[in-house]
Amino acid sequence: MTQTLALCDLAAGRCGTIVRIDAGLELGARMRALGLLPGRRVKVIRRSPFRGPIQVRAGQTDLIIRRGEAAAIMLLPCPAEAGCA
Amino acid sequence: MSKRIALVGMPNTGKSTLFNRLTGAGARVGNWPGLTVELLSAKLLLGDSMVELVDLPGLHNLHGFSEDERVARHFIETQPLNGILVVLNTTQLERQLALVLQLKALGLPMLLALNMADEAQHRGIRVHREVLEAQLGIPVRMISAKHGRGVPELKQSLTKWLRAHPEPSQARAAVLSEDDAIESTLDDMLSQSLHIPVCLSPTRTDRIDQVLLHPWLGIPLFLLLMLGVFQIVYGIGAPLQEGLAWLLDEARTRWLSPLLAGLPTWAMSFLLEGLYDGIGTVMSFLPIIVVFFLAMAVVEDSGYLARAAFLMDALMSRMGLDGRAFVMQLMGFGCNVPALMGTRVIRSRSQRIAAMMMIPFSLCSARLQVFLFFTTAIFSPRAAPWVLFSLYVMSFVLAFFTAWLMRSRTRHNTDPMLMELPPYRLPTLAALTRQSFRESGHFLRQAGGFIILGVTLVWFLTHFPLDAAPASSATLAGQLASWMEPIFTPLGIDQLLSIALLFGFVAKEIVIGSLAVIYGAGGDELSGVLAHNLDWIQAYSFMLFTLIYTPCLSALATIRRESGSRRVMWISLGWSLAVAWLLSFAFYQTARALFG
Repeated sequence: MTQTLALCDLAAGRCGTIVRIDAGLELGARMRALGLLPGRRVKVIRRSPFRGPIQVRAGQTDLIIRRGEAAAIMLLPCPAEAGCA
Repeated sequence: MSKRIALVGMPNTGKSTLFNRLTGAGARVGNWPGLTVELLSAKLLLGDSMVELVDLPGLHNLHGFSEDERVARHFIETQPLNGILVVLNTTQLERQLALVLQLKALGLPMLLALNMADEAQHRGIRVHREVLEAQLGIPVRMISAKHGRGVPELKQSLTKWLRAHPEPSQARAAVLSEDDAIESTLDDMLSQSLHIPVCLSPTRTDRIDQVLLHPWLGIPLFLLLMLGVFQIVYGIGAPLQEGLAWLLDEARTRWLSPLLAGLPTWAMSFLLEGLYDGIGTVMSFLPIIVVFFLAMAVVEDSGYLARAAFLMDALMSRMGLDGRAFVMQLMGFGCNVPALMGTRVIRSRSQRIAAMMMIPFSLCSARLQVFLFFTTAIFSPRAAPWVLFSLYVMSFVLAFFTAWLMRSRTRHNTDPMLMELPPYRLPTLAALTRQSFRESGHFLRQAGGFIILGVTLVWFLTHFPLDAAPASSATLAGQLASWMEPIFTPLGIDQLLSIALLFGFVAKEIVIGSLAVIYGAGGDELSGVLAHNLDWIQAYSFMLFTLIYTPCLSALATIRRESGSRRVMWISLGWSLAVAWLLSFAFYQTARALFG
């Protein structure tokens, strides 16, 4: 059972492969430069309390992204037991 | 014909560290045609030619939309350049190399420096340099800017490279190149030239973050750390400030006064009590600025500032700001001036301006002096701490309220909070001190003229006509105070106190000193006089007004310089004056009605 999920809904410790980014030109360019683009695998490291930002690992880079912006990133979750991301 | 190279790289690549490595101490800040921000540049000798190296703001994407990215692109496209020196973080080569491909489209000579090569090696990331050179068709050098490894070799390469490109050229008009095409080229290239281990072991950074970014411990630890930084800054800075004030005072009584003894009284008064004391007061900010920037550089270079943003963003985003603004606001409780300068870590202009608007409401240590004196003089020992506490609460409320008012301007801005969380790094002492002294130099050079003007004005107001007793009701300041009486009477602030407020405009540190002059009584005697003349409602109204009414002259000069706009400075001044009056008025009238 796999279906796409927004990055903001992915639990801490889980990873996924980006399938689509529904961001504007500007935000999209920034995401791309920071390593968030379709085909890449990302892992949610932690989520900050009080609906604050999410820490995400994309390749060798750790990023912080607000939930609102993370909602634009759709991904296919990896199986729960998939190894390191 | 002087040669020019632009230094380009993404944020957090150690670009500035490399800049300092290459150029040493001689960097200067300059304005460039068509750019709104100042850029750091320095001359360096490569072989037999003098080369100007310009440090461009960090950019993620050549076609990016942030202010920094626009500035960098504009510079590259309009200034004739002998070449571009690109710095990338080797550990993140897989995503940063795209920038090189974008820059290549400009048709300028390029040289690539792969920084943090040691860190990459440590993590098992291997780069096949020769393969990469062949693929890109440009020279590639591996360096560690922090430890200086590979930097002499880089200089040699630069020299050779400059000989090959002696004439500066203009960038080809940028085709907004197909970034997708770049991605696929990139993947092909990297598969041959880069090796990354499939599984990276948890790093030291991961382990530290488990504590520092802990869901529940994170914020308390952040507040504790900030408290620690605060204690260090003012624990070291404040005695130094007093020391400097003492030195200046000694110099004044020992050398300056005898030297000027022949001058007419008014000239002597102007030079000593006006210029010298005024400038001295402002100068005494310098030790705090030096120490503050040392501490800030540690917080920033270590990677913790980004963590603070992560922790505080939930609160600050509701006011259209990000967590970094909160760090600066806290720092403002020591002294607003360095905190205002520190807003430079906020890259979006509108958010920076918003942060600059809120910081002046931070109850700084100079205002604290006034409040400590007044609370002990007028309130009972049991009530005094609560009075002080209420002023701190007021300070936070006003700062947040101001940010909240500005949120419509900041929210739709172009800088979403999407930033890198760099690994923890130990900053080097050399980099810290360099940063700290550069900032202090800025403060002196830029705020200097403005401060002298302000100091002169206040001296003139409080000493003219010359035969009147200084700061008495016969002086211009006294007349001003009597004109302003209708404004201040509803606040319960009498004429003598309003003259002290005029002094407080220069610096809040001298409010108590000026009250001593005005009432002709110092220390405990002054406490007695104040307690006799004022009731608690008047005293609290005065403190409220002092808290809010205006950032001091140095803070205003800093706002003007950092924002690059007089308008922002005037708005800040006008807004704080208006709020101060309204709140003091509301408090005084309500309290009078209730308690008589």
